[in-house]
Amino acid sequence: MAVELEFERKPRPLLALIDSLIMIKRSSTHIIRNTDQLLGTFFQPIMFLVLFAAVFSGAVAAALPKGVSYLNFLMAGIIVQTVAFGSSTTAIAICNDLQKGIVDRFRSLPMSNLAVLNGHVVSDLFRNGISTIVMLLAGLVIGFRSGASFVDWLAIAGLLIIFTLAMSWLAAIAGVVSKSVEGVQWLSFVFIFPLTFASSAFVPTKGMTPVLKAFAENQPITQVVEAVRALMLGTPIGNYGWLSVAWSLGILIVSIPLASWLFRRKTTR
Amino acid sequence: MTNNDHIIQVQNLTKSYGSNNVLNGINFNVARGTMLALLGPNGAGKTTTVRILSTLLSFDAGSVSVEGHDVGTEADKVRAVIGLTGQSAAVDELLTGRENLVMMGRLYRLTKNSATARAQELLEEFDLVKAADRPAKTYSGGMRRRLDLAVSLIATPPVIFLDEPTTGLDPRSRLAMWVIIKRLMANGTTILLTTQYLEEADQLADQIIVIDGGKVIAEGTAEELKSKIGKDRLELTFESPEVLKAATKALGTDIIDTNPKAHSATIVINETNVDIKKVLDILSGENIELISMAVHKPTLDDVFLSLTGKQKSTMKAEGK
Repeated sequence: MAVELEFERKPRPLLALIDSLIMIKRSSTHIIRNTDQLLGTFFQPIMFLVLFAAVFSGAVAAALPKGVSYLNFLMAGIIVQTVAFGSSTTAIAICNDLQKGIVDRFRSLPMSNLAVLNGHVVSDLFRNGISTIVMLLAGLVIGFRSGASFVDWLAIAGLLIIFTLAMSWLAAIAGVVSKSVEGVQWLSFVFIFPLTFASSAFVPTKGMTPVLKAFAENQPITQVVEAVRALMLGTPIGNYGWLSVAWSLGILIVSIPLASWLFRRKTTR
Repeated sequence: MTNNDHIIQVQNLTKSYGSNNVLNGINFNVARGTMLALLGPNGAGKTTTVRILSTLLSFDAGSVSVEGHDVGTEADKVRAVIGLTGQSAAVDELLTGRENLVMMGRLYRLTKNSATARAQELLEEFDLVKAADRPAKTYSGGMRRRLDLAVSLIATPPVIFLDEPTTGLDPRSRLAMWVIIKRLMANGTTILLTTQYLEEADQLADQIIVIDGGKVIAEGTAEELKSKIGKDRLELTFESPEVLKAATKALGTDIIDTNPKAHSATIVINETNVDIKKVLDILSGENIELISMAVHKPTLDDVFLSLTGKQKSTMKAEGK
């Protein structure tokens, strides 16, 4: 053999970190190479934003707080909805890896197994970041204005990042347990669709029936939407800030170990 | 028997899924630098054995070690010295051939420079230079299999598991694969090959073990296995299926295989002259006309047939 091979001599935790970085690079490359998905990343958010703004603005106007345009009201909701819907990409990617046998290849290597999950979750964070920026820019073009300060925007970014991670790790569970990609899509649809629509993402909750209202006001999506909305509009944030952080962290604390455990169990029989 | 020269040691390996016993106490050793072929029909336990040896599956009882490392308790050490390729492994379809190689090299803990240089070397060796920067999903079946094998060689592990490496390949790609595998053997790599193709085991392997129903039913070199069956074969061809039927009845249990399509039957003969005369006597006694007859030496197909009691045609038909 012509090439002299050199091996990394680093402590284990550092090697595990490198494994995750390698897998993040892999999953991010997938996002760029997968043209269908790339279209979803760029155009779906713009489509939703423009459609909702055009269709609902007249009807909802009366129910909105004084002086708030529907577009300004909608922006927080549509961003959170995009992130929630986008989490199914993590689930599909993980399910795909398990179906196609590449996970077996990874498992026969002296690498950290959970790097596979880390790779998909973190690359999804990048993808959602791009979607969010695209939506904000599109929003600015059609009239979205925000009085938020730089610090407010940092807070918005922080809230959205932990919420995205929470949704992706939750989706990772769906990706590990599902037997097919169609199953994953169905599972995400059944969970995510009611959660985003039965919330204050698109309309204020005050016109809802009492039961629906009680549900909408106490579920995580509404907390995150209201927190981001308050920061964007410069209105009082109330309990929404810490509630949305608590929800996101709570989901992470449960879903990371659960997804990892299920992944290990699924891949060793 | 344990021996330091046995780089792979498998003792009394047992594995079951519920009440389904997949492996019932398998024993074998592989000497350093040699190739052992695991031969058997689908469902015999070949892939299960390879998955256990490559740390992908747990097992119920027995002991398995690779390069002195216990597969059950030192999985990471085992993973550092093995490469796995074939039906239970895969490449990343959205990454290019080169990206696949470099990524897997890095995951084998190679430094960036080593992984890049070794990737280039393997691309050249496996005739993939032109396709190196195209996504693997654009590759043909043969190219993908070559990339798959190249990936498992990225860190030049001393032990390679080839799980049905040529299943589903056209004859030309299969020959190309054999050339590559022979080159690997010449470099001193220890190889465990599973195959349903007897010819493949005959061509490549130093030692063969035949497994069926989760048990080793025979082992030895190709020559030893053939001489175990030992005897020559007499192939008789008749005019029609009806005549074949009549002949089968007349010759009775001496027949080990029939081929209704070709109207032919195979008989094992011990003493060529005497036995052929006996067969001819029986046939002429019954007025059965013979179109042609031929004597041939046993092939591994024949060995397999007599060991498993399964027809070769059945075995191939079960193929995935």
